[in-house]
Amino acid sequence: MQRMIRWVLLSGLLVWLMAGCGEGVWNNPYPPEDATANTFYSSFAARPKHLDPARAYSSDEYGFIAQIYEPPLQYHFLFQPYRLVPLTAGVLPTPIYRDADGQQLPPDAQPETIDRSEYLIRIMPGIRYQPHPALALDDQGAYRYHALTAADLRGINRLADFTQTGTRELIADDYVYQIKRLAAPWAHSPIAGVMKKQIIGFAALAEALDADGEMTPAERVERLRTAVLEGVTLIDRYTYRISIQGKYPQFLYWLAMPFFAPLPWEAEYFYAQPGLRERNITLDWYPLGTGPFMLGENNPNLRMVLDRNPNFRGESYPDEGMPEDLVSGLLADAGQPMPFLDRAVYSLEKESIPRWNKFIQGYYDNSGIASDAFDQAVRIDARGEPVLTEDLSARGVALSTSIEPSVMYMGFNMLDPVVGGDSERARLLRRAISIAVDFEEFISIFANGRGLPAQGPIPPGIFGNREGENGINPYVYEWEGVQAVRRDLGEARELMEQAGYAGGRDPATGRALAIHYEAVATGPDDRARLAWIRKQFAKLGIDLIIRSTDYNRFQEKMRNGTGQVFMWGWNADYPDPENFLFLLYGPNGKVEHQGENAANYANPEFDRLFNRMRFMDDGPERQAVIDRMLEIARADAPWLWGFNPMSFTLHHQWLTNARPNQMANNTLKYRRIDTVQRQRMRLAWNTPVVWPLWIMGGLMLLVILPALWLMRRRERSTAL
Amino acid sequence: MTAYIIRRLLYAIPILIGVNLITFVLFFVVNSPDDMARMQLGDKRVTETAIESWKQAHGYAKPLLYNPEAAGIGRLTETIFFEKSIRLFIFDFGSSDTGRDIGHDIAQRMWPSLAIAVPVLLVGLAFNISYALLIVFFRATYIDFASVVLLVAMMSVSGLFYIIGGQFLLSKLFHLVPISGYDTGLQAWKFLILPVIIGVISGIGAGTRWYRTLFLEEISRDYVRTARAKGLSESRVLFGHVLKNALIPILTGVVVVLPLLFMGSLISESFFGIPGLGSYTIDAINSQDFAIVRAMVFLGAVLYIVGLILTDLSYTFVDPRVRLA
Repeated sequence: MQRMIRWVLLSGLLVWLMAGCGEGVWNNPYPPEDATANTFYSSFAARPKHLDPARAYSSDEYGFIAQIYEPPLQYHFLFQPYRLVPLTAGVLPTPIYRDADGQQLPPDAQPETIDRSEYLIRIMPGIRYQPHPALALDDQGAYRYHALTAADLRGINRLADFTQTGTRELIADDYVYQIKRLAAPWAHSPIAGVMKKQIIGFAALAEALDADGEMTPAERVERLRTAVLEGVTLIDRYTYRISIQGKYPQFLYWLAMPFFAPLPWEAEYFYAQPGLRERNITLDWYPLGTGPFMLGENNPNLRMVLDRNPNFRGESYPDEGMPEDLVSGLLADAGQPMPFLDRAVYSLEKESIPRWNKFIQGYYDNSGIASDAFDQAVRIDARGEPVLTEDLSARGVALSTSIEPSVMYMGFNMLDPVVGGDSERARLLRRAISIAVDFEEFISIFANGRGLPAQGPIPPGIFGNREGENGINPYVYEWEGVQAVRRDLGEARELMEQAGYAGGRDPATGRALAIHYEAVATGPDDRARLAWIRKQFAKLGIDLIIRSTDYNRFQEKMRNGTGQVFMWGWNADYPDPENFLFLLYGPNGKVEHQGENAANYANPEFDRLFNRMRFMDDGPERQAVIDRMLEIARADAPWLWGFNPMSFTLHHQWLTNARPNQMANNTLKYRRIDTVQRQRMRLAWNTPVVWPLWIMGGLMLLVILPALWLMRRRERSTAL
Repeated sequence: MTAYIIRRLLYAIPILIGVNLITFVLFFVVNSPDDMARMQLGDKRVTETAIESWKQAHGYAKPLLYNPEAAGIGRLTETIFFEKSIRLFIFDFGSSDTGRDIGHDIAQRMWPSLAIAVPVLLVGLAFNISYALLIVFFRATYIDFASVVLLVAMMSVSGLFYIIGGQFLLSKLFHLVPISGYDTGLQAWKFLILPVIIGVISGIGAGTRWYRTLFLEEISRDYVRTARAKGLSESRVLFGHVLKNALIPILTGVVVVLPLLFMGSLISESFFGIPGLGSYTIDAINSQDFAIVRAMVFLGAVLYIVGLILTDLSYTFVDPRVRLA
């Protein structure tokens, strides 16, 4: 008994010691010594699959590699609409057009006369790579780690285990080498198919490399170094030229993507050595770039850490922006050398609950808003605008909203005999459904109001999208006062009648018209969404049959053209109308051409206008062509135009220059942290609450002591 | 005993082949090699050429189980199943579909899994046995009845509730521990407190009831009556005799799960951000990485078989009457 009492007292003492230990917080997930470090803290939900700039293509991956690799161009941080500016290039390249004889053509030459476009890119001298063992030299000037033996690799498990690092200047040949990598079959670059049609000689190089057969990784590097890519020429140490087929003004946007970032051959050669792959030391895991940050720790199962690149050249914060940026303080750092941060730590948070709570506790500097936390973060005010809840406002949290360059649409398979085709019957049916499916309600219920009903395929903020009355889809909306209002359901029913489906009856069967909806249903949450969609079609008397499947089978149905109605989305590669209108371009049809036109829509006039529009520069003439294309598409209604998602992001008061830019991925360099304020707020928000421990201890005593007493009494009691 | 172990290991081979075959069939019923390639290459702008190239490079270009174009035994060996399976039997897990060495990843990620699983097992064992003995001491009283009701209630609550409730109370409301995360070395302790507490609490219901049943069975035996007749105290009877004799089922129950501790917990690791093997498996399933799924299922099967063999061996240590032949 006494021993037990001593044990209980000891436990109480431990609790008391814990309560008194340190004046800081107990729930800090970071080392205490980092409390006031100039470090940005955030989270990521999906681990990046690839960090090789030839392969990475998703936002999960760009969030990291865009801070490390530097393509020649970038998007201006502040300007709207999005504008390209030089990054490592000295100036924005202007295309030179040539005819089939190689003669230079004027800038306004007709697209059909242009045989090739040449982009001369001159990079700035003096840019240096981050410290990396692949560039380390020995006393004789040879690469220190380019002939590794098994003995050299003893004790090497991470890149950081190599004791020596080196650097060198960025040269144009590194860009040329990377473009050749895109053609290599072993690199599995997702844009190889696109570039085969654009860059002269790209397809020939890909075929030649494919025909080479088996090679060791080191042989591949040598092969690429000596390979000739006709359309990419090295001019001098800092200049290279890219020649593309015909005219393709959107090519400049590709030059702002990490695919076209430089890669020193030494990196690939270093990683190609035997023994490194077995240790997971690969280019796909440890990037080598010239950007403001370098990957300090790559543990995507736990955290990714970006450290400031000590060799970064010191880019300046933009000194121009939108008029409102001056007021909002976004130009306060104009001209200051970047980056402002020493480090960025991204922790893996798969679940939304811990992610949200850590943000509220101040351990993440910014956060998105998960659906289940939306009500805690945002409320809609009397004007219908999203504003922060009182709790978050009191904490000094700021809300930034922006429209994503994306579209979520409901498509009709135009190859289907019922909903597809060019007949007036099918067209009227599609228009009737377009009115009936209330996407305003969808946004409200399933996206917490985070979206704008789309009037066409081009999202707001992209050239070609018109605001106001001129921009509405007249087949679905009418303009009332200051806003677009969805047409009455009665009009949809009339259209059904005109189409031959009065009351939703199919004259062929005499029963309700049956339409199949291809759904990707992965969880219980999808049931509500699918029930809602059925209800929308039922407004017209249509019996919507849901065919739920997984994403693989859904894609297969789309490729085979066996679906009828489906919902899909598109996220822009670049902010040009071509990148959205090509989703409706006939020769881009999914079934016939394996393209991205999932509706398999084909309209000869639309296609003809598309081929004209894609080569035009932004201006009234291009706008007029786009207007006509939109009119055709809206009349044919191959899509219910769905909605354009809105991004809601939150950041704490101590994080500045945090405005989201939906096209630029390399925005970490602009961020600034007031670390003193952050630490003050963390201490205020996370004071340990110790009384529950005392209560728990007390309760345990209340349970244990009587039990002990009873045991003792029972043992001492006699049978009689 | 050596012959027994060798025989059991030989029995394991057809079991492992069967497990591997079932995993293979189940995986490829849902995912074709084309689907896997699309998953790795991304949704956008993927061409058939790129898919073929990926399949070729990753060994998924051949037929799944039977190759009619090959000759002789090649009809079975020149298949994805054979080529992907055979190396597993020498514990060469190969590379994941993203190109990472699976063996290296497993070696790194088993430690965080163990860091949670071992304390949960030990603390849980100590608590559950003590509590079960206490209940047995007060058997057929209100304490016994109330405890059983409490244990059944605890068993009925979802593990997810314990996790979310624990995070809410200890981390969000009281700010006592980090809500999620992990670190290496000594820094790890503050991240382990919450998952270990929750792991122990969520296991109390089932664990204690099981031990209570074992102890109640023992307590009615003749040797217990003899011990009492000798005048031993009830606590001495329970801890000195009943516990010792109930150790056989306890030990065998514990030994069988020991190897599986490496495999980690699927839900806990996800909610607490622990980079263990449980989250490794879940990530692989979500990303359709067959190489990892196959390796983890194979490893799980091997560890389970090892656990069963160890259990059999442990009988001989705790009960001298048992002989393995």
